[in-house]
Amino acid sequence: MLRKALPLLAGNAISLFARVVTAVRGVWQGVEPVSRQRIYFANHSSNGDFVLIWTVLPPTLRARTRPVAGSDYWLSGKLKTFIGREVFNAVLIDRNPETRRDDPISQMAEALDDGASLILFPEGTRNTTDETLLPFKPGLFHLAQARPDVELVPTWIDNLTSVMPKGKVIPVPLLCSVTFGDPLDVVENEDKAAFLARAQAALVTLAEEVTR
Amino acid sequence: MTAPAEFTTLIGGVFAILVVATGVGQVLKSRMGPDNDVVENLIARINAWWGMVVLLALAMLGGQAGVVILFALLSFAGLREFLTLTAKRRADHWALVVSFFVILPVQYALIWADWYGMFSVFIPVYAFLLLPIVVAVHGDTDGYLTRVAETQWGLMICVFAASHVPALLSLNIPGYEGKNVLLVAFLVVVVQLSDVLQYVWGKLIGRHKIAPRLSPSKTWEGFLGGILSASAVGAGLWWMTPFSPFEAAGLALVITLMGFFGGLVMSAIKRDKGVKDWGHLIAGHGGFIDRLDSVVFSAPIFFHLTRYFWSVA
Repeated sequence: MLRKALPLLAGNAISLFARVVTAVRGVWQGVEPVSRQRIYFANHSSNGDFVLIWTVLPPTLRARTRPVAGSDYWLSGKLKTFIGREVFNAVLIDRNPETRRDDPISQMAEALDDGASLILFPEGTRNTTDETLLPFKPGLFHLAQARPDVELVPTWIDNLTSVMPKGKVIPVPLLCSVTFGDPLDVVENEDKAAFLARAQAALVTLAEEVTR
Repeated sequence: MTAPAEFTTLIGGVFAILVVATGVGQVLKSRMGPDNDVVENLIARINAWWGMVVLLALAMLGGQAGVVILFALLSFAGLREFLTLTAKRRADHWALVVSFFVILPVQYALIWADWYGMFSVFIPVYAFLLLPIVVAVHGDTDGYLTRVAETQWGLMICVFAASHVPALLSLNIPGYEGKNVLLVAFLVVVVQLSDVLQYVWGKLIGRHKIAPRLSPSKTWEGFLGGILSASAVGAGLWWMTPFSPFEAAGLALVITLMGFFGGLVMSAIKRDKGVKDWGHLIAGHGGFIDRLDSVVFSAPIFFHLTRYFWSVA
């Protein structure tokens, strides 16, 4: 009983905190918040990124949406492990090919096969530059190839960079929004580079629409 | 604290107006059908007014503590909206943290403590010298002056100016002891009524736009009608103030003029930043600053006029 209630309680507390600090608002611009299997691929600048997406999802979708995160970060320390594993039910990926035992793509595909939707940060790491996005890692391409029926939704998280830049501990309370854009069209026989460029362009366009 | 008798009368009046407005809204809805956007917006606005009036009334019943806490929270919400739109970089993190978690609470603590000599200089002197230092030591000079100036202006508008509303409670006016909360009510009612009346007059007979580039809805007819009728209402509220009807009219005129220009200034900033509303948290009204802009511009002037001419040190 407690084992189930505690993560739920912690998740709601984290969500509430995110709302108090950022008054975050979900903007469903290109898709509706309906229960359909999706990969939300988003820009990554802060550890709070997936928390914000998770917060604006309706509870029924939230329960079936799992963030994909680096195990090197989320398995270091008891609290982070609890939050990563129990609260957010993250698909934890070992980003280091040397120590890696599971193939990240099959880990994610397995989660999709279980019926989950995913939150994916294709930049692979947090963006601390002045560029809109870092170059995308190929994971999104391979996953889209492996599970072509899953909808790919570009998701722009606005302003969280200023709320909590990498390495800072105290958040600045500023307003944030999460905008869901038009799903990426499927193009047959597209090569990796072209697909990644298109996915990246979709997110950049969305960012420009949000920030004007 | 026990509320002055005048307070009950005023709240009764405001509630009566809202009941009528709600009734009108429902009649319009049944006539125009449920899909009319203008009516929907009107009803959302009236419902938000209910919320604001109830909140303000509760705060005033809580006396000084209630009003100080309410305006500290409003300052927080306003500053959050303002600084969301300003220029900032990683190097500003500490300056922003200090603004929210040190300068804002200290300003309101000084208001609470009735320390006039300090709360009137704390932000424009101490905060304004400290903040540029905090930003400069991080060494990032790209857009330095813009970043520092925009943060400071946010503090000036959302914290310093807004804090002059609860500061009214610290005034010591002979023969008016224990009634200061009515000064807050007078200011807020006159300013907000002026906003509503400008809107109504503008909708009814507005033809000539004042500043089409800034705010397409502001017309000379709305301006004059709103300012004059709100000032007349202000004069009619003299019984809850330490002023004579004539003085109340003059102060109401100053309040409404400052409120009008406050709205204009804040529209200019929104235009500059390319947004329509400051936020999205109050249905039908936009953000907190959209509702507070006229109050924050009039509050310091009303405070100082009352202090110089009616209060004893």
